Amino acid sequence: MELDVVELSRLQFAMTAMYHFLFVPLTLGLSIIVAIMETVYVMTGRPIWRQMTKFWGTLFGINFVLGVATGITMEFQFGMNWSYYSHYVGDIFGAPLAIEGLMAFFLEATFVGLFFFGWDKLSKVQHLVVAWLVALGSNFSALWILIANGWMQNPVGAEFNPDTMRMEMTSFFDVLFNEVAQAKFVHTVSAGYVTAAVFVLGVSAWYLLKNRHVELARRSITVAASFGLASALAVVVLGDESGYSASHTQRMKLAAIEAMWETEPAPASFTAIGFPDQEARETHYAVRIPWVMGIIGTRSLTQEIPGIEDLVEEAHERVERGIIAYDALQTIREQRDATPADVRARFEEHSGDLGFAYLLLRYVDDPREATPEQIAQAAEDTVPTVWPLFWAFRIMVGLGFAFIGVMAYFFYRSSFKGQTYPRWALWAAVVAIPTPWIAAEMGWFVAEFGRQPWTVDGVLPTALSASHLSVADLLITLAGFMIFYSILFVVEIGLMLKYIRKGPFQDVAETEAWEARHEHRLRTHDGQGPFAPAGARAASAVDDGLSGASTTPAE
Amino acid sequence: MILYELIDYETLRVIWWALLGVLLIGFALTDGFDMGVGALLPFVAKTDVERRVVINTVGPVWEGNQVWFILGGGAIFAAWPPLYAVSFSGFYLAMFVVLAALIVRPVAFKYRSKRDSATWRSSWDWALFVGGAVPALLFGVAVGNVLLGVPFYLTEDLMAMYPGNFLTKFIGLLRPFALLAGVVSFSMLLMHGAAWLSLKTEGLIANRARRIGTYAGIVAMAGYALAGLWLALGIDGFALVGEVVTDGPSNPLYSEVARGGSWLSAYAERPWIIAAPIMGFVGMALALRGLIAGREVSTLLWSKLGITGVISSVGLTMFPFILPSTVDPNSSLTVWDSSSSHQTLFIMLVCTVIFMPLILMYTAWVYKVLWGKVTEADVTSNSDTVY
Repeated sequence: MELDVVELSRLQFAMTAMYHFLFVPLTLGLSIIVAIMETVYVMTGRPIWRQMTKFWGTLFGINFVLGVATGITMEFQFGMNWSYYSHYVGDIFGAPLAIEGLMAFFLEATFVGLFFFGWDKLSKVQHLVVAWLVALGSNFSALWILIANGWMQNPVGAEFNPDTMRMEMTSFFDVLFNEVAQAKFVHTVSAGYVTAAVFVLGVSAWYLLKNRHVELARRSITVAASFGLASALAVVVLGDESGYSASHTQRMKLAAIEAMWETEPAPASFTAIGFPDQEARETHYAVRIPWVMGIIGTRSLTQEIPGIEDLVEEAHERVERGIIAYDALQTIREQRDATPADVRARFEEHSGDLGFAYLLLRYVDDPREATPEQIAQAAEDTVPTVWPLFWAFRIMVGLGFAFIGVMAYFFYRSSFKGQTYPRWALWAAVVAIPTPWIAAEMGWFVAEFGRQPWTVDGVLPTALSASHLSVADLLITLAGFMIFYSILFVVEIGLMLKYIRKGPFQDVAETEAWEARHEHRLRTHDGQGPFAPAGARAASAVDDGLSGASTTPAE
Repeated sequence: MILYELIDYETLRVIWWALLGVLLIGFALTDGFDMGVGALLPFVAKTDVERRVVINTVGPVWEGNQVWFILGGGAIFAAWPPLYAVSFSGFYLAMFVVLAALIVRPVAFKYRSKRDSATWRSSWDWALFVGGAVPALLFGVAVGNVLLGVPFYLTEDLMAMYPGNFLTKFIGLLRPFALLAGVVSFSMLLMHGAAWLSLKTEGLIANRARRIGTYAGIVAMAGYALAGLWLALGIDGFALVGEVVTDGPSNPLYSEVARGGSWLSAYAERPWIIAAPIMGFVGMALALRGLIAGREVSTLLWSKLGITGVISSVGLTMFPFILPSTVDPNSSLTVWDSSSSHQTLFIMLVCTVIFMPLILMYTAWVYKVLWGKVTEADVTSNSDTVY
């Protein structure tokens, strides 16, 4: 790889952003799961739910702090490494980031301290409210970040101002209700919920396998499986919504993900698997499912989805129009107050394509002097590299469907099989712990890599966005981040494992006192109590349910 | 939507300039004592329990406090995009050092007491020291550099450029005046941290904190006075030349700037701004007296007043400049030419007016819940919930 500043800046941003997103999805989901558990505690008063809240809360805290710490990098890296980007679109992009701070960060960060330190200082209900405010704050912050990111994918509600040489907001409403942003938000948060559900499920499964903390594990699985099933269904349905919005807002990305080289007659087929070959512009050994792509992408049988070749053709025209806009812009800037009206009009007509002229800056200093070959090359540059997108997308989707299966299975066992789980399923749940992170990272990769060569689709090329730093600057910080983040990662995983191994802090005296107080309620007409089967199990054997011959753990 | 015409562009720019100050001051007043406490940690607390007491005084609040910094970044991005674009890339390696320190700090708070090993704990204690001391120092160095002017220029397309290589750019920040400013900010926040510890702890820890805080306060006052003198005698200011357009498009190259004269001529033009440095001196002096006399609540409040005065004095002295350029004064960023558009400033103001009072209310409530001293008994009897 060529070591230039733009590539290194991209590498650093990708690395720090993906690292940040190792912690975010778990925060999003676990904050809600913990709040659900505490709600059950406040409603029933059973100490076990308080212990569950505290236990998962501890793991939440270990994870949360790294999300916060690595988020600091994200807030400042636009200015550090993407200086021209920050200038060019800050008028629009900065607003959601600032509102995120005002509305979300303050909320979650102010109350998260009280969540951990306020157990003895607050009433039960106050503490519960604090837990929900933390969850709310975390999820709000995802909303604003995805409004900002959605604008990069589909820049609505803004126009170019020749005086300030940047994009300026024309409609905050459009930026806010950008369909891409809304689809991405719900898709991303539900992915976070799935992540947390798989995490809780996996850790609890491990406890059941080891026959430890069975009370806590069984209840946690029930919460995780119900929450997880709803979320896993949501993430796929809402991902489909994202795909649908991409079919008219980010057509090149969609075509690249699907390796659709040519426009097919509607309804297009879906390439389930294959080996995209960018140079030959064909997909080898493709397995195609007829009609599916057309139906998903357009929700019709008659509408076509344009292929890469047609989109390049279109980009070619836009580069040519962009040159007209660029030419008019130079005149406007030279004759600031006395620009002829026809030049203004010409600029306004073509200003939407100005970004395409910037693509030529890689080849020529003044886009107006570009040769036809260079224009063709610039149009060609609008195609992202297909194979990584093609595969990353398929891994994400495959995992997405797998999560539905896993969650449905555990939900079924939890609801209809008396919370008993075969050993193989528990092991599978443990092994599955890392998979939602893989899916989430793949999702971001598709979203961001698929937008290349743009930082803001059709508006600003990545190559122009970077700061004018030196390679040495970048190498120092890149090495710094790598070393630093690796150490933090090892430390974090170490602590997580330590606290998972240690298990919940079980206040036996508290539990016994509660059970003595509620003995009359635990012994009802069927001798099982109102909280059966869990209550009955607490009174009988711990390994009930797991005592079925073939499914009992050995320990 | 023409609602935003309600407040004209010039007024909005001034409001956002003031809000930028409010955010920086909010950061210094809240996260400032966290940083001060971090920097004091190895010196005011010797045993593990003492250190845990010190850490737990800020344990429940540092996360919220730190948001002032993050919001500051976001607000600069939203309201002053050219400032965000030029300053963070111009101070690139210095920013990286600050980020590294600020990243390690939260982790250190959270992870330090999660293992029993002495090596583990003392490593994180030093991380807390670095995470408090380094940003406290570098923020002052940055302010010093802003007063001196920063070597950058803008191209016709408003792309920010910086002459020099990575090493000279970084070392170049450590100019004597900037280092003095760093000493002022460092000692000021040390004093602030000491005032906090004097309120939240008792006995030996509080006494040590008061002693160190007293020295720090003296250094801060002397440094601040020296910096004022230096500004008066040895440092060129910047001034807008010709007709000043206050509601024009945000293009720094449209205005002409000259180097020369003194920053302190602002005090001749707007005599009332003398209130800021007076507030700085009075606040710090009374905080010092409080530290010596062992007063608690009032000391912290005076310290806050002092910090507010010092930070406001920098902004008011430089107005309307935000980031002057030494290599091409015309590229300098001012309040009149480096803001967001009229509409964006208005929308952001509406959001701030809605959310800022809410934030202040619930933050106040959290501090109220946590009111009271942290003792050794608190720490040892609640080992599973506190740091």
